[in-house]
Amino acid sequence: MIVLDSLTKSFGHASVLKGLSLEVPDGQNTVIIGPSGSGKSVTLKLIVRLLEPDSGRVTVDGANVGEMDRDELAVLRGRIGYVFQFAALFDSMNVAENIRMGLVRRGYDEQAIRERIEESLEVVELRGSEQKMPAELSGGMRKRVGIARAIALKPRYILYDEPTTGLDPVTAAVMDQLMVRTRDLGVTGLVVTHDMRSAFSVGDRLAMLHEGMIRQVGTAREMQASHDSIVRQFIEGRPERVTLEPPVRRSVG
Amino acid sequence: MTFRNFRLVLPFAGPGATTRDGFITHVGRRSLDAGRALRDVRTWAPLLAVQMRRLGVDSVPIALFIAVFTGIVLSLLSSYIFTGAVPLYFVGALVGKTIMMELGPVLTGMALAGRVGASIAAELGTMKVSEQVDALETLAYDRYSYLVVPRVLAATLMFPVVTAFAVAVGVASGWITAINLLDLSTTEFLKGLRQFYQFKDVWFGLVKSASFGFAVALMGCLRGLTTQGGAQGVGQSTTSAVVLGCEAILVLDAFWALVLL
Repeated sequence: MIVLDSLTKSFGHASVLKGLSLEVPDGQNTVIIGPSGSGKSVTLKLIVRLLEPDSGRVTVDGANVGEMDRDELAVLRGRIGYVFQFAALFDSMNVAENIRMGLVRRGYDEQAIRERIEESLEVVELRGSEQKMPAELSGGMRKRVGIARAIALKPRYILYDEPTTGLDPVTAAVMDQLMVRTRDLGVTGLVVTHDMRSAFSVGDRLAMLHEGMIRQVGTAREMQASHDSIVRQFIEGRPERVTLEPPVRRSVG
Repeated sequence: MTFRNFRLVLPFAGPGATTRDGFITHVGRRSLDAGRALRDVRTWAPLLAVQMRRLGVDSVPIALFIAVFTGIVLSLLSSYIFTGAVPLYFVGALVGKTIMMELGPVLTGMALAGRVGASIAAELGTMKVSEQVDALETLAYDRYSYLVVPRVLAATLMFPVVTAFAVAVGVASGWITAINLLDLSTTEFLKGLRQFYQFKDVWFGLVKSASFGFAVALMGCLRGLTTQGGAQGVGQSTTSAVVLGCEAILVLDAFWALVLL
């Protein structure tokens, strides 16, 4: 289980997280929703220590991530797959080499590496794309390769950073199916998104991030039934209420 | 004592290095990172040959181009200066000494600061802003072992090799110029070349060029890895890597002259 405890993080004078606490239970997809710039991606980066929190604690399977040395951190990162918002594929390598990178690091032999590459591309339905370069792939395909790269390592957790952003509805639905399928394989998912259709589709639990803190946690049904005005406004996609001056009527006569 | 801005002292320092304590912490962290990265031979060793080819072998044409014209100009210039005052065979001495000790290493270093420093900063900067560096870390690679060490080692090893070729070609072009355009024979040119030659002339130039390679690649890597923003940030990092690389070459040139001459 991943536990985020009272996390704070600032960039210069901008305070992004102001005491975020959240538990990510095993075997489920937990989705963090919230507006752009609310600190969703920062939260994911804190979990694998790509960023350090100003205060608070991240624990993964009971181990405090902040106290890990480089070797322990490498082991932890081996258990956590990370799917980046824009896939972050290594653009000088083809698809197979991108997936191969993490496997080589873990010391698999060539036969095992080939099998894992084939398996993971099978899951994301990209068999036959091994030799393609990232520049030859569409946005959706790049994200699927990103998922393949993560699941090839057979991680315990996968962190998805805005997995459906910028995709057409059909490709976004394919991504959703992949996240559900990955969960069904026993991988715990933590998804950050502001795509509510995707959030309801893949999330077993949703957590609303607002002004640096978790505003509400619940199932999709509970969130839809929420009476919290902030949560409702975000879920329903309503803009901030704009007060318009009523037109001045002149009385005649 | 509070230092207002350590970035003036250490241009590649991160945002945390703006106070004395921050600076010391920063330098300490970077030293630990460097030590750890160097020990991680399994990661950087397989990448070293590729970088030696990219940074070294692929830079030979530009270095030789510069060397050819440097040799021609030096030969003509020394003949112009010596005529009527100094025996003309001293052209060989001046061409040899100057190219081996100064112009060979420095001009090659400057050219490679542009080519190598810019290329490294742009490549790593693009990787940084497109989250490829973060992706490396999530796959349990250390960014310094994988990206910095092979490039810095390759440049340190290959700059002297490229410089050695440039020196040979520069002296040869000076000799060809002397025997074709000046009233000088091969024997006279070689007499001048030999008369003041010391073995130190060669290794002095090569040691300097190794230090230039180290500095240029390090600046490129550190500027690249501290890139922020998008295309504009990559452009700024690339420009500043080249400028810092050239400045480092001039400072190191003066340093080695003070220490070794």
